[in-house]
Amino acid sequence: MGQEPITITTPLTEELVASLRAGDRVRITGTIYVARDAAHKRFIAALDRGEALPFDIRGQIIYYMGPSPARPGRPIGSAGPTTSYRMDAYAPRLLALGLKGMLGKGERSAEVREAIQRHGAVYFAAVGGAAALIAQSIREAEVIAYDDLGAEAVRRLRVEGLPAIVANDSHGGDAYQSERARYRKG
Amino acid sequence: MRELEAAAITEAVARLCIEANYNLGEDVLAGLRQARETEESPVGQGVLDMLLRNAEIAAQGEYPLCQDTGLAVVFVELGQEVHVVGGDLNAAIEAGVRQGYAEGYLRKSAVARPFSARINTGDNTPAIIHVTIVPGDRVRLLVAPKGGGSENMSYLRVLPPAKGRQGVIDFVVESVDQSGGNPCPPVVVGVGVGGTVEQTMLLAKRALMRPLGQPHPDPEVAELERDILERVNRLGIGPLGLGGTSTALAVHAETFPCHIASLPVAVNLQCHSARHKETVL
Repeated sequence: MGQEPITITTPLTEELVASLRAGDRVRITGTIYVARDAAHKRFIAALDRGEALPFDIRGQIIYYMGPSPARPGRPIGSAGPTTSYRMDAYAPRLLALGLKGMLGKGERSAEVREAIQRHGAVYFAAVGGAAALIAQSIREAEVIAYDDLGAEAVRRLRVEGLPAIVANDSHGGDAYQSERARYRKG
Repeated sequence: MRELEAAAITEAVARLCIEANYNLGEDVLAGLRQARETEESPVGQGVLDMLLRNAEIAAQGEYPLCQDTGLAVVFVELGQEVHVVGGDLNAAIEAGVRQGYAEGYLRKSAVARPFSARINTGDNTPAIIHVTIVPGDRVRLLVAPKGGGSENMSYLRVLPPAKGRQGVIDFVVESVDQSGGNPCPPVVVGVGVGGTVEQTMLLAKRALMRPLGQPHPDPEVAELERDILERVNRLGIGPLGLGGTSTALAVHAETFPCHIASLPVAVNLQCHSARHKETVL
């Protein structure tokens, strides 16, 4: 902490991803995509059938999130991250296809951490449970696929200054592991 | 026999669902402020500041505390002198959940056919209802929306009695350690010790309903809570698992006699958004 957060804009370039280090505080601005458990299952089923995904994931960030309903006149309801490990089974395949960023909460599996490094990607941690606060940084939201999934539908968001922390960087850095070790006693 | 309209129960449950999801209790806010004062990690301090700010925004009534507004867990203490009229108790509670989650713009997170189709039921029912019959002519209703992230971090083990107190402590600490950042720490650690296994888990859940940090009235159990809390906060997990000294805000344990062959222990974790509201009708 101490330093000002790094402002990053989407889509993510290789240079930008390479410059990020575990523990960096960031503010994300631009377009990001929302998908969680059920949508990921459909993504993989679509790929298995040889079909395209509902959006071009290259260079993009997927936010693991299922919002509460929007009140009239608001783009979205509360919108904090869900736990990322449940997407671990799907993430390496999407990273191989060019996905550059994931935004969620909690530690990733060894397979995902390895894939992040191999494909030059980044995993951001948003603050779980700060859902009303995070909603303030979401300017627009639109369901773009799997409407029938309700809260689990795929959404496109326009965000401005969404706060997050680099949890896993493209160089093998892992803020969860290193920070936890720092404060572990006995 | 006192008569109580089912509609009054529906109305109360709906209101409690909304209140719980927008207004964090003063006890939890005090716990978060206390954690902010003692937290050693600058990242952890920043996270706790965000959680306190989040609670302020939610209290304005437009955005719930968390997008995961939970399954609605409802504890009912039904006085045996009460006669519910104009509908049945369970249906009245379900109707209250349906109404509260619709009117409060709360997320519907229940899916039917859990191991196959997983179709959203659309109105956040069924509620998870626990009824106890008690003396008197009142009905106490407690609504606790429970999020999936922390509920997923639940543990049950039946220890051999020889493991004793230390075995209980080790199992709970191990459970919190392996959960890491997933249950959204700083957590409240619900611990059940004793009973038969279904009851052990219910003890752990019930323990979460106690006002935050209020020690168990039995000094022996209160000491167990303190010892576990001390160990848990040395794990280094910290706020949201990003490192620090505030891994748990409190440990709440409940106990019950058990079989001579058994020492069952259950752990049910509660995220920092420790939501529950109650009323008496």
